[in-house]
Amino acid sequence: MNKPLIEIRSMDVAYKKQKVLRNVSISVFEKDFIGIIGPNGGGKTTLIKVIVGLLKPTSGAIEWTIERSDIGYLPQGRQLDDKFPISVKEVVASGLERGLRMGIRSSIQERKKIDEALERTGLTSLRSRPIGELSGGELQRTMLARATVSSPRLLVLDEPDTHVDNQFEMELYSLLKDLNAQMTILLVSHDIGTISPYIKTIACVNRNLHYHSSNEITNEQLKIYNCPIEIITHGTVPHRVMKEHKQF
Amino acid sequence: MDLTQLLQYNFIQHAFLAALLMSVACGITGTYIVSRRMVFISGGITHASFGGVGIGYFLGFAPLAGAAIFAVLAALTTENLTRRKILRNDSVIAILWSLGMALGIIFIYLTPGYAPNLMSYLFGSIITVTHTDLRLMFALAVSVTVTFVLLFKPILYIAFDEDFARTRGIPVTLLNYLLIILVALTIVLSIRTAGIILVLSVLTIPQNITNLFTNRFGRIMIGSIIIGFIASLLGLVIAYFFDIPSGATIIFTLVVMYLAARTIKVLTFGRSKYSHNTAI
Ligand SMILES: Nc1ncnc2c1ncn2[C@@H]1O[C@H](COP(=O)(O)OP(=O)(O)O)[C@@H](O)[C@H]1O
Ligand SMILES: [Mg+2]
Repeated sequence: MNKPLIEIRSMDVAYKKQKVLRNVSISVFEKDFIGIIGPNGGGKTTLIKVIVGLLKPTSGAIEWTIERSDIGYLPQGRQLDDKFPISVKEVVASGLERGLRMGIRSSIQERKKIDEALERTGLTSLRSRPIGELSGGELQRTMLARATVSSPRLLVLDEPDTHVDNQFEMELYSLLKDLNAQMTILLVSHDIGTISPYIKTIACVNRNLHYHSSNEITNEQLKIYNCPIEIITHGTVPHRVMKEHKQF
Repeated sequence: MDLTQLLQYNFIQHAFLAALLMSVACGITGTYIVSRRMVFISGGITHASFGGVGIGYFLGFAPLAGAAIFAVLAALTTENLTRRKILRNDSVIAILWSLGMALGIIFIYLTPGYAPNLMSYLFGSIITVTHTDLRLMFALAVSVTVTFVLLFKPILYIAFDEDFARTRGIPVTLLNYLLIILVALTIVLSIRTAGIILVLSVLTIPQNITNLFTNRFGRIMIGSIIIGFIASLLGLVIAYFFDIPSGATIIFTLVVMYLAARTIKVLTFGRSKYSHNTAI
């Protein structure tokens, strides 16, 4: 078997004294499409931040076989300053940075990549718009374009489906399916049900992490239950759709 | 006396040159300050530097050098404590702000005799800039311009989304420190011309005037330099002819220009365009 892009072994992560992730192990392989679900506050964003290098584990190990700049990242919607004087195109261009580079203008190749990312996300006509004049969904698309513009080897998306309408959500999922042919995808989502046909593996994060191969959680089951993620995850009836985890 | 005669005076030429250098430095760093909502931090650094002015008087060295040391220390402290989340950012600023003023007042009180030019540190005195002042201002304007031109993209990206910039491998912490030092130095050299009390306005009003008409980082910088320079020249000339303090007149000119710009914008573009996303 080839080496994973990222390998995490028995990792703990804590903020100050509060331990948020305990004994987490996960390997991300080339062309994986991993869906990460779990209750609010379960530690999904924390896990993602470790993977993109924004947080350090308190114990255990994480190993990357890819460069940091090979990762495309869409952070969970935070309060970005919507009055900040920056255009859609400039935001997308920031996804092409690799370390400290000087100069004002983008190269021709870079501009081509930016154009492609804008096209892919349907933002071509909004390219010069200041981000303060975008709707929630348009802003989220800008963030997606920024995450994908560098054609990263690993695409990490933390709840990209918040603030987007149903139509874009469907477009998003089919776009991710296409992108998965070229890149590995790690996706935190509220609504794994809709995308589960494309997802190959599901990881539940609730302080610990548990794997499920995709055949465990079938489309039909999710359609029938149609539950919010909080309920799809662990626990007993009424809504459990996964096998009980083996205790280790 | 008319304007052409006025322009032949050495001190007026110096003042014009100082106005140009100040406008360049403040136009650029001010855009960074306003965009990143660091106006309060800048206020803290400005007032903290008064402590250095006081110590300079007391120990008998150049008050402006003391101001520079205090401003840089305040800047680094704010950045460091905020980054380590030890104290709330705005509380740190308030403490440094009042500590600087307190030290300044105590040391000036303790200085025997009377403190010459004290008013010029509080309210600025562009008319009395020296050759040394001009050289320092020139060095600063060049440093600021070179830094922001070479590092335009990384600075823009950090200011917009620091965490994302980190994931792209940009040395965020290093640049944050570099930028806060440039902010501190810009403030200190503008104290010479605009004064501690007034310096915030030359760092923010030109930006907000430009921001009425454009919402792009680079354009706000260039627009602010031009507007800052025009306001300084106008203010200087008005101050000269009415024999009133130059720093205050420049600020007053800026405020009038802001109101005029707002009126023009409402009349030409209508109330809605941009009004929901300008910095004010
Ligand atoms: N910066 C932080 N400082 C302290 N605690 C935090 C911080 N960020 C998150 N937490 C805590 O860590 C836990 C996991 O948060 P998070 O990873 O955001 O969960 P999720 O993304 O699954 O909703 C929560 O209990 C949250 O309160
Ligand atoms: Mg989260």
